[in-house]
Amino acid sequence: MSDKPPEEPPGSEITPEPLYLRRRELLKNAGLFAGTAAAVAGGLYLLSGKQRRAMDAYVPDAGRVTGPVAKASGEFDTDEPRTPYEDVTTYNNFYELGLDKNDPARLAHLLKPRPWTVAIDGEVHEPQTVDIDQLLSWFSMEERVYRMRCVEAWSMVIPWLGFPLAALLSRVKPTSHARYVSFTTLMDPEQLPGQKRGVLDWPYVEGLRLDEAMHPLTFMAMGLYGRQLPAQNGAPLRLVVPWKYGFKGIKSIVRISLTREQPFTTWNLAGPEEYGFYANVNPAVAHPRWSQATERRIGEGLERRPTLPFNGYAEQVAHLYAGLDLRKNY
Amino acid sequence: MASPPYPWLNPALAVGGLSPLALLAVQGPRGALGPNAVEAALNQTGLLALVLLMASLACTPLKLVSGWTWPVRIRRTLGLLAFTYACAHFLTYLVLDQGLSLNALLEDLVKRPFITVGFTALVLLVPLAVTSTNRWVRRLGFPRWQRLHRLAYVAAALGVVHFVWRVKQDVTEPLIYGAVLAVLFAVRVGEAMRKRRARTASAARNPA
Repeated sequence: MSDKPPEEPPGSEITPEPLYLRRRELLKNAGLFAGTAAAVAGGLYLLSGKQRRAMDAYVPDAGRVTGPVAKASGEFDTDEPRTPYEDVTTYNNFYELGLDKNDPARLAHLLKPRPWTVAIDGEVHEPQTVDIDQLLSWFSMEERVYRMRCVEAWSMVIPWLGFPLAALLSRVKPTSHARYVSFTTLMDPEQLPGQKRGVLDWPYVEGLRLDEAMHPLTFMAMGLYGRQLPAQNGAPLRLVVPWKYGFKGIKSIVRISLTREQPFTTWNLAGPEEYGFYANVNPAVAHPRWSQATERRIGEGLERRPTLPFNGYAEQVAHLYAGLDLRKNY
Repeated sequence: MASPPYPWLNPALAVGGLSPLALLAVQGPRGALGPNAVEAALNQTGLLALVLLMASLACTPLKLVSGWTWPVRIRRTLGLLAFTYACAHFLTYLVLDQGLSLNALLEDLVKRPFITVGFTALVLLVPLAVTSTNRWVRRLGFPRWQRLHRLAYVAAALGVVHFVWRVKQDVTEPLIYGAVLAVLFAVRVGEAMRKRRARTASAARNPA
């Protein structure tokens, strides 16, 4: 080892000052570049990605339905592939629990499906207000695998659990004046915070003609996939009318009234040009903003399916509308 | 030659601006966009096209109000990003949503004002994107180029209308964009009036 002081590097190896400064400048610019790019990306994502933000790993904890379940006769069941449970319970239109498709699953915990009562009144011989569990004990539960076609041109296949509406109506005995049935959703802005905003006239109201309501396809669901109905799907009791657009399937029902006159219905009031009282699935009558000729089956990839008249239930229900101009009565 | 101030600004904007699109392209095929991936992609690309177009329109008003010059230097990048997202939005609709069915496209264009308006906005952006280069500014001459590029305001207004018609019931969000657009426009009109007054005033002082 030598004890000479370390040699200075030759002058040729010393970074010239301008270059040294440029490197610092370069590093600074690289940092600013990365920071700005990240900020722009993050900002744009926050602004536009809300529908896609993770589903909050929502796991519905509705329990299995206990008690005997009579398998449906099967005559109305479709054997098309069922839409995955996760999709059925995280892609919902339930404006009372938020406007985006994944809002209802996120806010589902706010809605308490017990205790719950259902009032049955109007043109019936036995009007009454009944506890939901008592009401459910009146019927044996059936499973029905139905197609569900939303007015927004997407569809699902869902195994519902419940009982035919006709069984309930027969039990409360409609009077001879009863011609329509109207249904009302719970009105409670604490449990259904969407009702704090005047997006629609709350509470949500839907209706059917009595013969539609008595049709064996018309179903009251209290469960799906063998489980209690999750709140976002309309717990504890909802309507399912498989040949009509999904918005007819009113959720979280607290009142069923039989009436003489055709009831007002929420979407029909909000946009009479777009949403009719009948709302039968009809590929020939376009929505003003999109065609109803085809639909996207959720979970099925890109190919669109042709939409069928009455959602494929024409054989069962077309006769209900004989002589009715379905272009006018959409 | 001295490099312009903030040389990193435009590249950063381009990379950051394109990353949501890149993320969509990666996540979509992997099924990470939720149960209705096409709808998610349509909503996001459409909204970003509008946001970026309005950001490009905000540059000049921001300069007028703040005196900064950098907003004007990112205007072209913002406009081209907006055009990119508008194209991605249209292609998602045509290819992924409608399965490249030209019949469906024609029917939508003719029968549904909601689609007609959105498509018109896209068509208006095409000449603006084409003439966005310096060479085109020279070729047209700045006053003519500037007049042409006022079409961006028309496209943005049509974009807001398309958005209003898109939502089913709650029009709050599209109306917020409409209000912002109106404010941007008002700043420009105010500036134009101020300039005109200044011109007439100076003309009055110095009669030719």
